Amino acid sequence: MQCPKCHAPMHTYNRNGVQIEQCNGCRGIFLDYGELESLTRLEAQWGGQQAPPPPAPQAYPAPPAPQGYPAAQAPAWGAPHGGHGGHGGHYGGHSRHKSFGHMLFSS
Amino acid sequence: MTAAFLPALTAKASAAAHPNPHPNPRPDTPCDCATPVLTARPDATVIRHGTIVAKAHAPDTPPTDLTARLQTAAHPTLATTLLPPLHLTPTELQGRPVTLWPYGTPVDRDDPDAAPWEAAATLLARLHTVPPPTTLPHPLPPMRGPAKAAHAVARLHAAGPHPAAPPVLRAWAALPPWARAETPPPGPHLLCHGDFHLGQLVRTPEGHWRLIDVDDLGTGNPAWDLARPAAWYACGLLAPDEWTRFLDTYRGAGGAAVPADGADPWPALDVPARALTVQTAALAITKSVAADRPLDEIEQALVDACDRMSRMPPRPAELAPETTK
Ligand SMILES: [Zn+2]
Repeated sequence: MQCPKCHAPMHTYNRNGVQIEQCNGCRGIFLDYGELESLTRLEAQWGGQQAPPPPAPQAYPAPPAPQGYPAAQAPAWGAPHGGHGGHGGHYGGHSRHKSFGHMLFSS
Repeated sequence: MTAAFLPALTAKASAAAHPNPHPNPRPDTPCDCATPVLTARPDATVIRHGTIVAKAHAPDTPPTDLTARLQTAAHPTLATTLLPPLHLTPTELQGRPVTLWPYGTPVDRDDPDAAPWEAAATLLARLHTVPPPTTLPHPLPPMRGPAKAAHAVARLHAAGPHPAAPPVLRAWAALPPWARAETPPPGPHLLCHGDFHLGQLVRTPEGHWRLIDVDDLGTGNPAWDLARPAAWYACGLLAPDEWTRFLDTYRGAGGAAVPADGADPWPALDVPARALTVQTAALAITKSVAADRPLDEIEQALVDACDRMSRMPPRPAELAPETTK
């Protein structure tokens, strides 16, 4: 499935029985019909506490995750990939050509 | 390299490119096909002559290692993965081993949008699923990825002090010994390219992508082959969608370096991606010192990543990548 916003591929994972799609590109989270209601219900069950933060992919099992990997699938030491427009990234325009050239010919 | 080296290498390529009769009407003179030099480094000289590429390897290349790597590239199991050499053993020219290859078209460095990420991922996944001990005729030496990283750091030390060197060296010091080529890697030892980047892909005249450059080929942790794109992604130099295309294709093709689809690949990729970031930053500083120029923004981004990672040492649990298949 592709992100309707930025067209990057999306990953599906399961949060408390609710299917959630998160975009690998912009990190947007998309809920199907009824899923928001399910999450709201879960939230209510947890006694009116603040809603759980956006889920981490199941991949990182049961985080005690000390300084580990945040929700995004990138290392903690990574540079910020700034969603749309890419503030923080160097992969736009001129920089893109430059980094691509580096990548091709550096051994 | 002597002045006579390139003409002698050209003669070898020419002889392979034009088996008798040579189209040159005067066979006692060198033929006049163009012979572009594709690579000219102390450790590798690569020229093209017509349909043939001749590569002179580093003088200290162990002949048995190179022969095992050539025979692997020529093995039928890898016919759809590695470009096969013309001959199963290297020849010698002025003390350097020389190998001959069919010419393939490289990736267009001026067209990032056309980068064959899917082809790259598929080839690596294929390589990583070859069981080396049972399939291949000759025992392969270890993949040279960690050794190359260590070599880059040694060059950084030799280049003398530089303001950007300390974070790079700190990040290096925080890596586990196997990633610094001090001990064998833990975990599965699979067939690996050892120095994968987009310059290691060529397209054959039939239109098939193949991996080239077997100098670092060997057994080791396959995550190392994904580490350069992973490092560029982590450093903000490769767009998330390109990284995702590469990674998803690799997983779809059954690649063994990362857990199957859905799971976080970073526990497996973290150490190799850190090592590649250090290696690339170290070489960038070395080159900037040699050229007496400041680091450019790309190179600075790599140094910045080293600085961040030196404050977040890799987690011990991730030192031993688990077998996924
Ligand atoms: Zn010729």
